[in-house]
Amino acid sequence: MNEKKINKTRRNLIAATAVVGGAAGAAVAVPFAWSWWPSERAKAAGAPVEADIAGIAPGEMKIVEWRGKPVWIMRRTKEMLESVAKDDGKVSDPKSEVDQQPEYAKNEYRSIKPEFLVLVGICTHLGCSPQPKAADDKGEMGSDWSGGFLCPCHGSKFDLAGRVFKGSPAPINLEVPPYTYLSDGRLLIGDDKKGA
Amino acid sequence: MASRLMALWDWFDARMPTVAEEYRKHMAEYYAPKNFNFWYFFGALSILVLAIQIVSGIFLTMNYKPDAALAFGSVEYIMRDVPGGWIIRYIHSTGASAFFVVVYLHMFRGLLYGSFKQPRELVWIFGVLIYLTLMAEAFFGYLLPWGQMSYWGAQVIVNLFGTIPFIGPDLSLWIRGDYVVGDATLNRFFAMHVIAIPLVLLGLVAAHILALHDVGSNNPDGVEIKKHKGPDGHPLDGIPFHPYYTVKDLAGAVVFLAVFCAVLFFLPEMGGYFLEYNNFNPADPLKTPPHIAPVWYFTPYYSILRAVPPLFNSQFPGVMAMGIATLILFFLPWLDRSPVKSIRYRGVLYKSALAIFVVTFLVLGYLGTEPVTVWGQAGAWLGHADRATVAARILSLIYFAFFFLMPWYTSIDKTKPVPERVTM
Amino acid sequence: MKKLLLALALVPVLAVFSAQASEDGYRLDHAPIDPKDLLSLQSGARTFVNYCLNCHGAQFMRYNRLTDLGLTEAEIRDNLLFTDAKVGDTMKVALQAKDGKAMFGVAPPDLSVVARARGADWIYTYLRTFYRDPATPSGWNNAVFPTVAMPHVLWTLQGERAYGPAPKGESKEAGKAEEGGHGGEQEMQWTQLTPGSQNEVQYDTTVRDLVNFLVYMGEPSAVNRKRLGVVVLFALGILFIFAYALKKEYWKDVH
Repeated sequence: MNEKKINKTRRNLIAATAVVGGAAGAAVAVPFAWSWWPSERAKAAGAPVEADIAGIAPGEMKIVEWRGKPVWIMRRTKEMLESVAKDDGKVSDPKSEVDQQPEYAKNEYRSIKPEFLVLVGICTHLGCSPQPKAADDKGEMGSDWSGGFLCPCHGSKFDLAGRVFKGSPAPINLEVPPYTYLSDGRLLIGDDKKGA
Repeated sequence: MASRLMALWDWFDARMPTVAEEYRKHMAEYYAPKNFNFWYFFGALSILVLAIQIVSGIFLTMNYKPDAALAFGSVEYIMRDVPGGWIIRYIHSTGASAFFVVVYLHMFRGLLYGSFKQPRELVWIFGVLIYLTLMAEAFFGYLLPWGQMSYWGAQVIVNLFGTIPFIGPDLSLWIRGDYVVGDATLNRFFAMHVIAIPLVLLGLVAAHILALHDVGSNNPDGVEIKKHKGPDGHPLDGIPFHPYYTVKDLAGAVVFLAVFCAVLFFLPEMGGYFLEYNNFNPADPLKTPPHIAPVWYFTPYYSILRAVPPLFNSQFPGVMAMGIATLILFFLPWLDRSPVKSIRYRGVLYKSALAIFVVTFLVLGYLGTEPVTVWGQAGAWLGHADRATVAARILSLIYFAFFFLMPWYTSIDKTKPVPERVTM
Repeated sequence: MKKLLLALALVPVLAVFSAQASEDGYRLDHAPIDPKDLLSLQSGARTFVNYCLNCHGAQFMRYNRLTDLGLTEAEIRDNLLFTDAKVGDTMKVALQAKDGKAMFGVAPPDLSVVARARGADWIYTYLRTFYRDPATPSGWNNAVFPTVAMPHVLWTLQGERAYGPAPKGESKEAGKAEEGGHGGEQEMQWTQLTPGSQNEVQYDTTVRDLVNFLVYMGEPSAVNRKRLGVVVLFALGILFIFAYALKKEYWKDVH
């Protein structure tokens, strides 16, 4: 009878020690697993990038580098903005349903302010960098081309809001990175909140 | 659920019965003496520290750069920029010193209780091989941070090989891979430290434990427990390693980890003995430090090396003395002529010799951390020699006397009668 | 036997805590730094960036790590960042090594871990024992680091001082300035030649704060480390209670 009691004590003690020991073991594993998160050096290299947009002429595009990727900043003219509406029927995802942009870019022009388009310049097919093709480049792009981008690798086409045309090998719209206006003439690419 | 697990185990056991057999042989049915004391923790703790060093070492290699231009910076990168990196670094640096503390205490247990004596000579030999391999591992590892002490310590030790007659200079060149310690040296030392030597260590540790289990463990009374077996065939004074010593070693491990963590979190540099101050200066091949000393765990042998003056225009006799000081350990089972194993039943000669040996080893160790001028100069009667050098010479002679005179003083020593059964 | 061994085990512990002195000669003052004093650290950071970072680098220290000192990134950028570096960059120095070598004879060393290499007391004493010496290229010498190539960068704060033998019989500040440690040798004294913008107490405080910052910079995670240590030891204490109870329970069987 006593033996049963001893066995219960022993079993409970084993269980309790195992739990405490297991917790200690898990705690030890934490710093090791933690060390795999990006280091301060990686975070600094991937830090948001400031871009001066006051100097961009209407219709022109500036390219900056962020996290090793090209980011396009295009200053769209009124005609360019009008052509975006016309392309609604020709693109696969006109309302940007697929999650390729922050909330504030989930609109008609896929940007915070219509005037400036900010896109990650990497084709969503296999990663080449598309080229801008102006509206008047109808010889190469076809008579109903109203402006946008053409990817040289496999021919994907995107409109002036970065939306992918139907029939392109690329499946989804070009990515809009997180960004914010530091001032009218300055963007911060890579961060939504103003840097502290 | 439980029966499902049992069924799964039975499936596995039917196909690989070795696992359960080896578990029984080495844990559940390995009968160890029931009178293990404090000195018997350190073998298990050695395995624990080995595991700690391997895991922390692996994670260090994820961010360390074995390149002379980048190594020092990569260590600081780990300390500052890698999340939790400083913990991993300190675990490894504390673990390196902890390894030697634990191993020295483990070896001392052998000296106390005659664990090296017949039939355990091979266990001892594997152990000495582990000790030498561990020294090599520490030596290769110490170059990696590429600080001033790393660089110049390596330079000095490699130059020691250069004193070997005839082959010395070529041997040094071959070890370094260059005319001075440099990037080539760093890369190969990295490979040795990270994979080559650890594999050798793991093999030797396995051999050490298997050789032990084949003959059975010694105990503080030096009594062979297999001489008195019970009706079930198990030694009367034996208890199964699992659960008794697994549970005891667990408690011991927790105490050890508490000491380990106290050092790690509050005294990681240990006054410059675990992390040397001058190693926070990047290696500079053009600037020899005024004071080069090896890390504390090598200093007894360094003292012996320094104590021997140049003979025949060569430092090689000193190197030889240092070598013999380590290799003599192999011969211990044959140097000790006592019929009795444990110090409890030995005479006053061995007890005194061992006590003197310990003090000698510690003082030699201390002297090795300091410049030879640390105790000033002696009077004219000793030619104004450095007192520390005189002391180191006397102590080195005592060190060797412990071993070389052992056949004599252990055979004439007046021993006490050894009991038939262990005392608790 | 056991007592002897225990006593011997204490010997290395005592060695660890023996007082530090510079190699030979000048007795070091104890640096009265408080690693938890954020204002002191901020002041030290300011001194460092304004006076030291022109010639010395701190290439392992990131500007944005200074948020440890209770600063925001904007405050760091506005007050402590004078180059075109970004706040996530490291404190690299503009001075090229070879230019530094040409100017001073030796390139000014990087200071990221200088406090770990030299020790707080050494740096604290060093920065307060510069003196005028016409015999050196820079016109400055130092009692702790004789013939150092570095000039007294903080001289506008401390003013100019001379260090020389005291006239026999009298000695100013004799206690601090015994050379050689052999006793009975020449006693030295400090003399203020021209005043600086700070008096002795203010200057000592400035240097104290700078040393505090250098110690912090040598190991930014130090405060964190000790905090975590308390938690870990406490947790191990709890684990020990269970492990020991388990051991006792099983060993009841063994006689």
